[in-house]
Amino acid sequence: MVQAVAHVEGQQHPIKLYLVVWGWLFVLSTCSYLVDYFGLHGYSRWSLILLFMILKAGLIVAVFMHMAWERLALMYAILLPPVLVLVFVGIMVFESDYTLFTRIAFFGAGK
Amino acid sequence: MADVALANTGAAPTRPSGWKGIAADWSSDQRAFKNVSWGKAMMWIFLLSDTFIFSCFLLSYMTVRMSTRVPWPNPSKVFALTIGGTTIPLILIAIMTFILISSSGTMAMAVNFGYRHDRVKSAALMLVTAAFGATFVGMQGFEWTKLIMEGVRPWGNPWGAVQFGSSFFMITGFHGTHVTFGVIFLIITSRKVLRGDFDREARGFFTSQKGRYEIVEIMGLYWHFVDLVWVFIFALFYLW
Repeated sequence: MVQAVAHVEGQQHPIKLYLVVWGWLFVLSTCSYLVDYFGLHGYSRWSLILLFMILKAGLIVAVFMHMAWERLALMYAILLPPVLVLVFVGIMVFESDYTLFTRIAFFGAGK
Repeated sequence: MADVALANTGAAPTRPSGWKGIAADWSSDQRAFKNVSWGKAMMWIFLLSDTFIFSCFLLSYMTVRMSTRVPWPNPSKVFALTIGGTTIPLILIAIMTFILISSSGTMAMAVNFGYRHDRVKSAALMLVTAAFGATFVGMQGFEWTKLIMEGVRPWGNPWGAVQFGSSFFMITGFHGTHVTFGVIFLIITSRKVLRGDFDREARGFFTSQKGRYEIVEIMGLYWHFVDLVWVFIFALFYLW
């Protein structure tokens, strides 16, 4: 996927590629549904959910949105900023832990 | 107006690649995105800003769910449907996921046929995409109706933490709005394709730029993004 594709006009790829990705997205969605169907819990549940989520998102961005064939300058400009949201996630995890702590300390442990 | 500078001119064959390419592209005192037209670049930047909006929604959902003392309603049970006497967990959401993924598949092929100047196939696939999208919104309407009838409100619900309702209506409502606008623009774009606007390079009513099949790809970027957001909502809100 890294080699430069000759740009006659826009993105030219065989239809088969899209059908294969489509199939994989179906398989991955089924897998993530089965995680819920079989009632997995704890670490296995959320690690599998996150894994299937990342794989599906990667396939959509890379192939359907043609990011795999764009120049690195665009890839990094678009894909790097959302990764930094993880810092925000970290901040809010600490914040909500603190909120929960104060709620339990002042109002008791809930129902 | 100089269309030459704005159209997709294709990358100069001698541009360096890799990290050197990033430095060269961004420091060239010209356009940073060498082989991407302004239309496509601006759609990507819009989608980046939209990513931040949905990130904020999902983050606030995470925050309220982590900080409440009251147990969170079990989405697996809340979104279960009873079909023919058996209760299947989360089945409606699973079907909606498959519908949206299928719409992404037909959209990707519509872009492909567009670049091959196959007007009928491209427009037909886009209309199929729009139909899938409309079905998705319809099923979401069904889901909202069912939950409202069961007593879910933004300020409370029968099963647990009150924040469940506000998170649910905010996140799925905003996503459903995106799908609805996508369907409208898909119909407009497919009409333009079918009419041959992009073969005749007819100028658009808004930007007065010459029509080209790249517009189908830009439309596709938006549609795939809507599917992409659903991947995250499905995993983080419905399955977690």
